[in-house]
Amino acid sequence: MQGNIACAEGALAAGCRFFGGYPITPSTEIAEHMAVKLPKLSGTFIQMEDEIASMASIIGASWTGKRAMTATSGPGFSLMMENIGFAVMTETPCVVVNIQRGGPSTGQPTMAAAGDMMQCRFGSHGDYSVIALCPSSVQEMYELTVKAFNLADRFRVPVFLMADEIIGHMRERIIVPDTVEHHERKSLQPGVLPFHPDDDQVPGFPEFGKGFGVHVTGLTHDERGYPCATNPKLHEQLVMRLYNKVEQARKEIADYEVTNPDAELVFVTYGSPARSVEQVLHDTPGKKIGHLRLKMVWPFPEHAIREFHDAARFIIPELNLGQIAREFDRHTSVPVVSVPKLGGELHLPSELKKLIGVNE
Amino acid sequence: MSYEDWYRQDRLPHIYCAGCGNGTIINCTLEAIDEMGWKKEETVFVSGIGCSSRAPGYIVTDSLHTTHGRALPFATGVKMSRPEFHVVVFTGDGDLAAIGGNHFIHACRRNIDLTVVCMNNQIYGMTGGQGSPTTPLGALSTTTPFGSAEPAFDLCELAIAAGANYVSRWTSYHVKELTKAVKKGMETPGLSFIEAMVQCPTNYGRRNKFKQVLDQVEYIRSHSMMRQKYLQLMEQGGAVPDNTIVVGEFINRARPAMGVPR
Ligand SMILES: Cc1ncc(C[n+]2csc(CCOP(=O)(O)OP(=O)(O)O)c2C)c(N)n1
Repeated sequence: MQGNIACAEGALAAGCRFFGGYPITPSTEIAEHMAVKLPKLSGTFIQMEDEIASMASIIGASWTGKRAMTATSGPGFSLMMENIGFAVMTETPCVVVNIQRGGPSTGQPTMAAAGDMMQCRFGSHGDYSVIALCPSSVQEMYELTVKAFNLADRFRVPVFLMADEIIGHMRERIIVPDTVEHHERKSLQPGVLPFHPDDDQVPGFPEFGKGFGVHVTGLTHDERGYPCATNPKLHEQLVMRLYNKVEQARKEIADYEVTNPDAELVFVTYGSPARSVEQVLHDTPGKKIGHLRLKMVWPFPEHAIREFHDAARFIIPELNLGQIAREFDRHTSVPVVSVPKLGGELHLPSELKKLIGVNE
Repeated sequence: MSYEDWYRQDRLPHIYCAGCGNGTIINCTLEAIDEMGWKKEETVFVSGIGCSSRAPGYIVTDSLHTTHGRALPFATGVKMSRPEFHVVVFTGDGDLAAIGGNHFIHACRRNIDLTVVCMNNQIYGMTGGQGSPTTPLGALSTTTPFGSAEPAFDLCELAIAAGANYVSRWTSYHVKELTKAVKKGMETPGLSFIEAMVQCPTNYGRRNKFKQVLDQVEYIRSHSMMRQKYLQLMEQGGAVPDNTIVVGEFINRARPAMGVPR
């Protein structure tokens, strides 16, 4: 199965019943697959006029209680930014898939990159926190898409599936489970104000059509949902809550794989470079090499670094100029070596071996 | 019930300036809804950003106050996933025709079963009176200090060309006609576009020689001409006065539509 199809299948299995999108390489297969499958499941597929509209449409659908998703790549992702911020501010669960390609601008439509890792975290204006998942296999395209929907509903945030062209277009055998985990969007309790948070800092969801009569606005709002844009205290409280509801769960929701935690030399990867590192480990059984593979990059699992207690050097191959290496470096005093690679091709295992002094 | 039952009493007073025409348009829309007998829990208001777009916040139903220009794609998401909902969009001339122009064209083309009410004050009200795509040639605004040099949009003709099923234009003076038009729009499957010309005393009237609120309302009234008469005059090659506001029903048809409840 192709990575993009696995993503679409994962979404359908997770109960996604609304897809709004706009064609863009290398993500288009996801939209095409949803266009075929959704009508048969009484779902809605709609090709919007651009990515601004796509993002808007899934937010609208989400408020009617549907699990909703869009898929895009760099140029479309840039267009989505304002409405992603709206989803953050209004606490609208939704899933945004970005099959990353080379940028800036139109760049390399058919080649892989991971240049939008910071954009997905910080791309919309204002302070906020989001969740981003990075698959490094076709199996994970399926699994992490399912997970994205569950996290979106639990935290009421946009969740990003930050894949790349290689994973999106790669074909691998996968195991499709009979059932998938389903985390229900918790409903607003009668008598509670629509934006009054529970202990987990997440308010119950007042689905449209259920008689809640909720006003949803991107303006700073009070717990009734009413605009209240000039009260400094209220704004601070709201933004801190939106930020903390994700950040306080950082440890609990972290998703990563640790190989050889007692190694001195440790590779750190997310997305397709993990495949090259796995090859390096496979080829050098006599050498103890550690591997921290992040499946969730945001919120950044800084505590995972401490699992490598003997680490003397972290090596981070990325398909960008070191976006996550820089983030990683903030959290450790151990030397961090960034191995950026632009152009759309993966780091060759031989390149990585040379870097650590293994001759073939 | 009356239109007053649709207001969120705990949100009043509203932000509109004294003499603003928006309140009239909201009243007319709510009156039409009331006559339609829609249930509150099945009615959703959606808007973009602007003075006009603040309207949903004063109404008791579920509502989405979204981003500038994007009300229609948000409304498309709501309506396409729940066709049984009645979805009404409030928008302004800048919101709909400038930043949201492309969405307007495509919502009309798809002919989504929405009722779109545009409060056209010919100016950017919320941001303090800059020129909009409907600011008349020669009119003064903060960004057209020497008179607008840009020809203006005719939003009704645009909606027709793009494919909306129902299109009409009235003004804040024509309360009864406007209410009827909104109701007719709501009864028509497909996209209904109702343009309501409104006075903006603070940001348009003040700069364009309307000393009193009523001066601008009177101007709107006296420059309004029924569409039939206008078409007749045009056919006869007669002279149509400058700055004529053509009012009435522009089109009522049955193009294929989307999001119509089965
Ligand atoms: C993307 C974006 N650009 C600009 C603005 C600033 N802005 C707010 S309202 C507005 C214009 C409103 O004019 P109109 O749509 O005609 O509505 P009115 O206030 O006149 O009812 C603008 C430019 C914004 N909120 N978002």
